[in-house]
Amino acid sequence: MSTPHVLLGLLAIGPKHGYDLKRDYDLRLPKAKPLPYGQVYATLGRLERDGLVVRAGQDREAGPDRTSYAITPSGQAALDTWLSAVEPPLPHLNSVLLAKVIITLLVADLSRARDYLSRQRQAHAARLRELTAVKTDPTASVADVIAADYGINHLDADLRWLRTTLDRVVDLHREVTAR
Amino acid sequence: MSFLGTRAAVKSYGPTPALRGVTVDVAEGEILAVTGPSGCGKSTLLHCLAGIMPVDAGEVFYRGRRIDTTSEEERARLRRTEFGVLFQFGQLVAELTAAENVALPLLLAGARRRDARTAALAWLDRLGVADLADQRPGTMSGGQQQRCALARALVTEPRVLFADEPTGALDTLAGEQVLGQLVRLAREQRTTVVLVTHDARVAGYADREVTLRDGVVDPTGLGIAAVRR
Repeated sequence: MSTPHVLLGLLAIGPKHGYDLKRDYDLRLPKAKPLPYGQVYATLGRLERDGLVVRAGQDREAGPDRTSYAITPSGQAALDTWLSAVEPPLPHLNSVLLAKVIITLLVADLSRARDYLSRQRQAHAARLRELTAVKTDPTASVADVIAADYGINHLDADLRWLRTTLDRVVDLHREVTAR
Repeated sequence: MSFLGTRAAVKSYGPTPALRGVTVDVAEGEILAVTGPSGCGKSTLLHCLAGIMPVDAGEVFYRGRRIDTTSEEERARLRRTEFGVLFQFGQLVAELTAAENVALPLLLAGARRRDARTAALAWLDRLGVADLADQRPGTMSGGQQQRCALARALVTEPRVLFADEPTGALDTLAGEQVLGQLVRLAREQRTTVVLVTHDARVAGYADREVTLRDGVVDPTGLGIAAVRR
């Protein structure tokens, strides 16, 4: 996730304090990892250094830092570039799941691989049910539904891949043992 | 003995085995997904559980009683009054309007015409298709037809709803709307649901999943053979 661009996007709606930015980020990208405050301020610092945001005012109230930030024309241009750039449709070849399955198949026997894949499948299916419950909750926002859909479809792809992988392994196993 | 289920159910089509000793239990009020690759026996299991098709061996029970050994009249009564079914497509009578289709199970059960129509309209309204009441299926989209079919499956307020790939013929969003309504109404009415699907995303709507493979329950859930025959 490109945090600087997401923050620019949230500032494009209007100037905000760091605290409001964090809250908006967590609210609008509900299933993403919550954004730590430290990262919000570090990112704002870099965006300010690069001239993409400016300080737009400061509240004198007690409490946390109340400096508010606004997007600059260069910031808007950087945001527009990011929004219009097509993401490379790379498969998730760096996934831990893929690495684990390959290593399991290399070092373990078929029944151990099956056992691992079966438990992995249960974990995926349980998460898929959780996300479906999020999506069908009558109080779900559009952002909740869209984020849940993203997760559900990726889990579904993983599940289909797991099954195909195991089918392949079984076929190879049969081929080897038939010789 | 659970609310609904089978014990070592066996069913063949000629020489081809479809179920080779399937034991499943469904709790009252539960939404159970039956999944697995095509040809694994999941639709056959649904037909046997719903009393639509007899088993060759084993037992089928419902609310403490065996229904595989009762008379066909008794099974027909169950299907009329206690069970509702929803299939993939082709269930609505083409010559009848949506309201007439939905009223049909009540008329068959002996309801008065006016009462049946009132109930049918109420169910069409709950499913958001009240405006289609006087239209025939041919003029409706797939999603609209399936909502009418769901209304018809639920109009008798069955204790168990059997759904076989209920959204298999719909695009993703239309399917999602039908499933969302099916699950919401089932929970409201405390209807038990047996949902047959090959799609993990559809199974995600259920409380629990049972996977079949080659006519037996696959405890790994992977739906593949250890070493194929």
